[in-house]
Parts: sequence; C-alpha cells; structure tokens
Amino acid sequence: MAVKVIIPTPLRAYAGKRDSAEFKAATVGEALGHLTTQFSELRKHLFTDDGKLRSFVNVYVNDEDIRYLAKENTPTKDGDTISIIPSIAGGCR
Amino acid sequence: MATKVQPLTSTPKAATLSNEEILRYSRHLIMPEVGMEGQLKLKNAKVLLIGTGGLGAPLGLYLAAAGVGRLGLVDFDVVDFTNLQRQVTFGSSDVGKSKTEAARARLSNLNPDIEIESYETKLTSENALELFKDFDIIVDGTDNFPTRYLVNDACILLGKPNVYGSIFRFEGQATVFGMPDGPCYRCLYPEPPPPGLVPSCAEGGVLGVLPGIVGSIQAMETIKLILGRGDNLIGRLLLFDALAMKFRELKLRKNPDCPVCGNHRTITKLIDYYEFCGVRGEEAPGPNVQVPEITPRELKSRLDRGDDLFILDVREPHEYQICNLHGHLIPLGELPRRVHELDSSREIIAHCRSGKRSAEAVDFLRKAGFRKILNLKGGILAWSDEVDPSVPKY
Repeated sequence: MAVKVIIPTPLRAYAGKRDSAEFKAATVGEALGHLTTQFSELRKHLFTDDGKLRSFVNVYVNDEDIRYLAKENTPTKDGDTISIIPSIAGGCR
Repeated sequence: MATKVQPLTSTPKAATLSNEEILRYSRHLIMPEVGMEGQLKLKNAKVLLIGTGGLGAPLGLYLAAAGVGRLGLVDFDVVDFTNLQRQVTFGSSDVGKSKTEAARARLSNLNPDIEIESYETKLTSENALELFKDFDIIVDGTDNFPTRYLVNDACILLGKPNVYGSIFRFEGQATVFGMPDGPCYRCLYPEPPPPGLVPSCAEGGVLGVLPGIVGSIQAMETIKLILGRGDNLIGRLLLFDALAMKFRELKLRKNPDCPVCGNHRTITKLIDYYEFCGVRGEEAPGPNVQVPEITPRELKSRLDRGDDLFILDVREPHEYQICNLHGHLIPLGELPRRVHELDSSREIIAHCRSGKRSAEAVDFLRKAGFRKILNLKGGILAWSDEVDPSVPKY
C-alpha cells in the first residue's frame, strides 16, 4: 500500500531536496522508518536518540494529528498522505 | 469544524462616520457583509501588531486602510536595506529609521483618521500583559520562538485572540489561536525546537512575496474577527506552499493537557521564554564548536606573503555566484562524500558567509584526521568589513 510522505521545506535539505516520497507502509511509524532509512540525515531531525518522535514535529495522516489517533501506530491505507509539520517561527525582521 | 465567532468589540463607542469616512470606506459600506454596522465595528476595534517586518507590512497597510480605529505597533528594530525586498511599508529613505516610527508615518499618511500607537520596545514577559490589555486582538508577526510562546501565553492569560502567521522560504502557516473553545500555540507545539535545528529567515532566506500573502491572510482573519463574519481559521492550520501554489488545511485540536489552556494549567503567569527556548534571540548559534581560527587580516597578509593556502568554501553554489574568495567549493552537506578532493598535507582555510557553517566543516575535517585546517573568523562578511569592501555582503 503506497502512502505519500510530504517533506516540509526546512527538512528538504536532509532529504535530497525532495518535497515528497512514497512508501509501502501499513502504519505511520513504518512510513517514517522507510523515510529515515532512505534519508538517514533526516533521522535526528525527526526522532530523539531513543527513537521517539520529537515534540516540535507534528505528524498528520491526511488532515488528522496522529497524537489524537494511535500516534506512530496509526494505520495507513493506500493513497493516504502523511504530512510532517515542524514549527517555523519566521515573520522576518 | 469552524466555529462562528461573536463580535469582539462591545457596543460601539463611535456611532457615526464623517462624510469623508463614508467616501473613504464606500466599497465596504455598499457590501451588506460590512455595511455601516461593520465599518463602525472596525472603527471601534483595537488591534496590536507584534512585529512590523515582513508579515507586519501587509497587516499594517490593510488594517489601516480598512479603518481599524486603533492600531498598536510593537517593534524595536531599525529599517535596513535587506528589509526592503519584502517589508513594503518602508521605502529606501526609511533605512536607518526606527521601524515603528517609519511604519507610523506611512500608515498615518494612508489613513489619517485612525489612531496609531508605536511601542519602540522589545516585547518581554515584563511588558506584554500591560501592552496587550487595551487591545481586542493581538496579531503575531514575529520572527522567533521565544516571542511566539510569549505572545501565545499572554493572549491565553488575558483571553484575547491571537492571529498567527509564520513563514519560511516559500512556505507559510496561518491560524487563529486563543479563542475560548479553540486551541493555542502550545496545543500545536508543546515545545520549541532546540536552538540551531531550524534555520531563521536570515539564514534560510524568504521569497519576498510570501510574507505579503501570509500577512494578508492574517489581516483578513483579523477583520473577520472584528466583523463577526464568516468562518475563521479556529482549529484549522492553513498551510501554503508558494512553489507548488497549493493551500492545505490540517485540523488543530485543543489539547486537554495543554499547560496553559488545558484542564490542569501549570502555567499561570508569564515565564522566561529565552530560557524556555534555550536561546538568546532567534539567531541561535548552532552546535557551538570551538575550532582553530584565522582572522581575515591574518589571512590577507599570509596570502600576500605567498603562503601556500588552500581556500575551501563550504557555502552553496548560488551563494558562490553572489561573491567568492576564489576558493574550492564543497557545500557543507556534501563534504562527507567529497573529502577525497582535499589534500590533508596542505594548509586549508575553510570559510562560509559568517563563519558558522565553516566551523562545522573544520570540526568535521579535524575529526576526519585533518590537522592543518583553520576557520576564517566571521566568514566572507568579516572579509568584506576588514579586508576588501568591494566584496558584497548578503
């Protein structure tokens, strides 16, 4: 089952400048696992040293926050879109 | 689901418009969604803009033009040349002036019928509540995490809406926080990223039109809150990708465990936000690496002496095109797989724009066994200041 992971601008530098990637994955955790295997530099930006999703990175399946679903165990189905939404602060002085 | 909001302003104090105002606002007055009632709500509304930069520019211009009766402007910064690419409130003749004063002059010229108050100060935990209390709506157009958390917490403590917008390169976010049943910034992001992990606009750049679009969305949301019309971005995070030219929307939920707006609140007064974010300001240095350095002047005299030095430029190719010191270009991100291009027996001077990325490069290469390597202190910016002013700064 292919799900699309959208990579946000601040993290594209660590993902070969890609804006998205597709993986076969049954859960959000699996998809992010594939993503960080393909782009190993992304790992430290998404996960803590003990493998937990960082608190300033929000992950959505379609338009729902996985914190209010089953977190990384949230199931995904063919055609789902996973969005990684890191905090950005710019207003630009 | 979007929530209908109640008009925020109580019974209007100003009950009429002058003939000049009727003419000025005629395109509002002939729309039933605004009309005389709505225009009077705008006239009686009090909106505080935090930041008069990229987002603050369209915010100030549109809210002043729309006839928001009292606009407060908070900023401590001075207009510089790099601002003019996107901060359209300012003109070339404003460079060097205080942003709040330059913005005040521009906005009063646009609309002399409104009150504009400028606060030339940095927003702090000491002054935020006092500044916010006389305004109906707070609009967050700041550029750093400590101030964003400060604005959020102050709005929650005072029960005021916080119209949020944020940008990076060609991507933007907008939403409305701080409504009674809606989420707040901490519901979305309980904690800030560690310093250095997320680049600032000064480091990452921003397409000049982007703050124009995101700031305009904030201005529209502010006006809708005042009018009590339409569906606001409450509980919805609007994402805008200017390159793909796509808008997307995500659901935001109120976090019942939120420390500032949840059921068991642990934050009941303003805290030290710099400590909370682990930084002093938005220009957070990255991982603080101590590496051997050379000053631009020392480098110049050694080059003049004819010393055999290998200049390594670790910036990106598009930066090399702006200006360079004729160095060998290997962007920092490509260094690990291009180490073989370097000769460890030669003395290497690494440089970037400001000296930060090249410090990481020197650190990396030292760990890889390079011994004769120095970082150019202050980068190409310092080179321009101290050695060769013909090299442009960017």
